[in-house]
Amino acid sequence: MYSAHVMDHFQNPRNAGDLPGANAVGSAGNPSCGDVLRLYLKIENGRVAQASFKTFGCGAAIATSSILTEMVKGKTVEELRAVTNAQVVEALGGLPPFKAHCSVLAEDALRSALADYSSGNGAG
Amino acid sequence: MNTCQYLEKEHGFEVTYLPVDGEGLIRPQDLAASLRPDTILVSLMFANNEIGTVEPIEELGALCREKGVLFHTDAVQAAGKVPFDVKSWPVDMLSISGHKLCAPKGMGALYIRRGTRLHPLLQGGSHEKNRRAGTENVAGAVALGTACELAGKETKAEEARVRALRDRLEKGLLDRIPFVRINGSVSRRLSNTLNLSFECVEGESLVLALDQAGFTLHRADLPGIAASTGSACASGILEPSHVLAAIGVPPQLVHGSVRFSLGHFNTEADVDVALDVVPAVVERLRTLSPLWEDKLASSPPLPQAS
Repeated sequence: MYSAHVMDHFQNPRNAGDLPGANAVGSAGNPSCGDVLRLYLKIENGRVAQASFKTFGCGAAIATSSILTEMVKGKTVEELRAVTNAQVVEALGGLPPFKAHCSVLAEDALRSALADYSSGNGAG
Repeated sequence: MNTCQYLEKEHGFEVTYLPVDGEGLIRPQDLAASLRPDTILVSLMFANNEIGTVEPIEELGALCREKGVLFHTDAVQAAGKVPFDVKSWPVDMLSISGHKLCAPKGMGALYIRRGTRLHPLLQGGSHEKNRRAGTENVAGAVALGTACELAGKETKAEEARVRALRDRLEKGLLDRIPFVRINGSVSRRLSNTLNLSFECVEGESLVLALDQAGFTLHRADLPGIAASTGSACASGILEPSHVLAAIGVPPQLVHGSVRFSLGHFNTEADVDVALDVVPAVVERLRTLSPLWEDKLASSPPLPQAS
């Protein structure tokens, strides 16, 4: 069902876990819908220095979370605002059509993290 | 249930759907209260395919007979696992399927009590006493008959053997993994079925990871213990298990449900593998899960795993 690239990110997720000192934390999804994504970013000098995630969800949700943390690294806040779910799907080499919502979840979590950063909640 | 919905939608029948209790059992008083003067048929599952709950068919059938209502039961899951005798049981119709008995796929049988009148399923020739037109699949029928004969001889011993494997798997997983819930009835359950909900883990990812670890999925006829999930995320349907919802499993735990099915070809070695692999996979996915982090933060320290 999944491409080799998706399976690789599912089996060997990159940047999984907490991120001490994260100053932009976002989340998306709902436990009763079967997926929750939490994204941690450490933004220094206007760029993402580190990113990590924690995800409860299906294989596609975990793979999209993993690739998202790779995609955002080094990007400026402005560049982050331009990241879309379609880019996440493309980076994974495609997802089954009924799994598209997982990439939407990734975009939502990123928007949520940016909102958190702007509000300064996680700053410090 | 799809058949009932079709009859409602296309043919104007009125259908009452019975509730079940927390173990998936139909309460006889609910069935009695649901029967109307114009009720023509009651159809109940003998044993549920997802959670393995075995309904008290004799009692429920007797109730229908008392009221003069035809009674059908779907024994596809139960046949070969639970001994039964249509002659002494108060059932008018009972269906079985060959592939569950290691007979060829595509074969099945509908037992019809003598004197039960049915409209033809297919119009045409006079085959099968005018009930189902078309040349009979004799080889398939013989194969199904042989499978039933073997099942009749072996059911008791095989049932005990598979039950012992299932019970060891269940106890082993519960001992090794905290925050797991058994779905269904512990006392009235098919010997081969184990349905568990793992908190803070989503079922599709769990089954996918088990597959990667060498589990054989959806195939009770191959070595390895079959695992499948009631989570919506596993298929294009995106509807979580209505069975688990009906027995009151909270949505998050429906998403974390996995059904393990054992069969004729499973051995102690398969259980050994499962007891190694499943706890490791659950632990890995929980480490990834933000819900697990929250759970640990709000729970007392975990009991020491044995």
